[in-house]
Amino acid sequence: MTKITYREAVRAGLREALQRDSKVFLMGEDVGKYGGTYACSNGFLDEFGPERIRDTPLSESTFVGAGIGAALGGLRPIVEVMTVNFSLLALDQILNNAATLRHMSGGQFSIPLVVRMATGAGRQVAAQHSHSLEGWYAHIPGITVVTPATVTDARGMLLTALKNPDPVFIFEHAYLYSMEGELEDGPPAVDLSRAVVRRPGKDVSLITFGGNLWKTLAAATRLAQDGIDAEVVDLRVLRPLDIDTVLASVRTTHRAVVIDEAWRTGSFAAEVSARIMEGAFYDLDAPVARVCSEEVPIPYPKHLEDAALPSVEAVLQTARDLCPRSKK
Amino acid sequence: MTGPVTREQGHAWLRHMIRIRRFEERAAELYQLGKIRGFLHLYIGEEAVAVGSIPLFVPEDAIVATYREHGHALVRGTSMGALMAELYGKANGCARGRGGSMHFFDASRRFFGGLAIVGGGLPVAVGLALADQMERRARVTACYFGDGAVAEGEFHEALNLAALWKLPVLFLCENNLYAMGTALTRHQSQPDIAAKARSYNLPAETVDGMDVVAVEMATRRAIDFVRRGDGPYFLEYRTYRFRAHSMYDAELYRTKDEVAEWKRRDPIVTLEQTLRTAGLLSDGDVQTMESAIASEVEEAVAFAETGPWEPVEDLKKDVYTERS
Repeated sequence: MTKITYREAVRAGLREALQRDSKVFLMGEDVGKYGGTYACSNGFLDEFGPERIRDTPLSESTFVGAGIGAALGGLRPIVEVMTVNFSLLALDQILNNAATLRHMSGGQFSIPLVVRMATGAGRQVAAQHSHSLEGWYAHIPGITVVTPATVTDARGMLLTALKNPDPVFIFEHAYLYSMEGELEDGPPAVDLSRAVVRRPGKDVSLITFGGNLWKTLAAATRLAQDGIDAEVVDLRVLRPLDIDTVLASVRTTHRAVVIDEAWRTGSFAAEVSARIMEGAFYDLDAPVARVCSEEVPIPYPKHLEDAALPSVEAVLQTARDLCPRSKK
Repeated sequence: MTGPVTREQGHAWLRHMIRIRRFEERAAELYQLGKIRGFLHLYIGEEAVAVGSIPLFVPEDAIVATYREHGHALVRGTSMGALMAELYGKANGCARGRGGSMHFFDASRRFFGGLAIVGGGLPVAVGLALADQMERRARVTACYFGDGAVAEGEFHEALNLAALWKLPVLFLCENNLYAMGTALTRHQSQPDIAAKARSYNLPAETVDGMDVVAVEMATRRAIDFVRRGDGPYFLEYRTYRFRAHSMYDAELYRTKDEVAEWKRRDPIVTLEQTLRTAGLLSDGDVQTMESAIASEVEEAVAFAETGPWEPVEDLKKDVYTERS
């Protein structure tokens, strides 16, 4: 095990991918000279050259579309859209081309495209730079949506995504880049289809993904002090969703809280909640609860931003309310 | 018409243009009969553009087209039967019937659609050209789009990126003067499309899109430029759609006189006259051609009629690549 930051893990994955396969190239805003907005590709321009490390104009729709075209043309593009907020400008290419061409052409075309972007709030960058829209993307059949929360996943999911014949969207919570973690030993490429239990427990299932895994684990530690043994499930992959792991957990604990940084209405948490109801209704001892963001544009001042986002306190309170009185 | 025409070349053009026209006339009839549903955008009137340009591309080149792409696919070589079956939504269609009129695909001919969001094909074409450039392949990507696309941000982004990176892509604007029902002059502050293209530092020409010879000559020049590795090139073909935008269009936005005026420049009639004047075409030639095409159309209809529907069990097939 080695201790590295999430940023270093992403960088290691990218570097390995570029070294391993000459058809892989990185394209996006400020990935070259600037070294990447989150410094994930720092030094790559010198190491791999301008043909494979391509700074693009601020034309999200066109460089994502060009990624689709380059993939159709036999290359292995990794497109970095600086943040999910700007990916809205590329939605047409993502939804109408990347996600549909294979099915609509009767299986004639594959689009082996990897798109990475930062997501999430918590850094006081206000309403236009704080979106959590990975749940929107998970709505779309034809793409795979992953949310690496650990350094092992940050490196490994990228490498696995590059073996996928279809488009994969990787959402990296911006809050995580500076976080340190233990890089697990073993093959660098990781599974891209399973949810995992990050902390086993028997009283309540706390189900989350991405940046909120760490808040949720912190809440679980605090709950243990109250005598509530929480199980933490990291979904890892939002589409295709590994509902079996979620249901197995809920069947053990009989209670579930879903933590999601998106707005509650139409959130991915709503989907997970519905799936639990469909698959484990009679195993539940309480209604499924959700901790989501308040339904407001995320404000700039810290106290208001904190109030808008899922917090450790909110997870704690929700889990306590769900558990039997004797456990409180 | 511009330039001399050989008998062989002239006949090939005429045959292709009549194939497109008869195919689409039959499709319009079948639409009225309810055999074809959804949207059906006819290319009638604009045939000289596809016919003058598409045969110049080699099999390794790529074609990206729009929802008005029947002519392009037909000239590229996809069988009329596979196209008619696609209009029917049958499994023997060129996209297994899943796309219909707007979404013709043919991987074996590097025909990448059939993309029906206006402007959406330009970035994809830029990417295909990028792959060719990075792989050092002397290929050309042809990207067809209409005048409506000029208003989309992707038009400007794609031209800029292609010129910046000197990509081997040929932008082919089929300017039929109307973005559905909105005239170019009613939605563009600068209606000179080639001038817009030149502002992104790529060579651009305006071509008479009703004259197959002019289309051929300009496109040949443009392809040579792109294939040499000199970067992208832009052609604006001035053309006109004789039929409604789709099957649900009352055509309130243009006058009958204007349509009649353009019909006097019908590319098929013009080419026929040129060939007859030059002594390269007889009544018998036309009859032979028409009769062969009529058979081809009826065979295509029969192919579509007898084609199977995709089984419902296959509904979810190919959303993702199946892996063993």
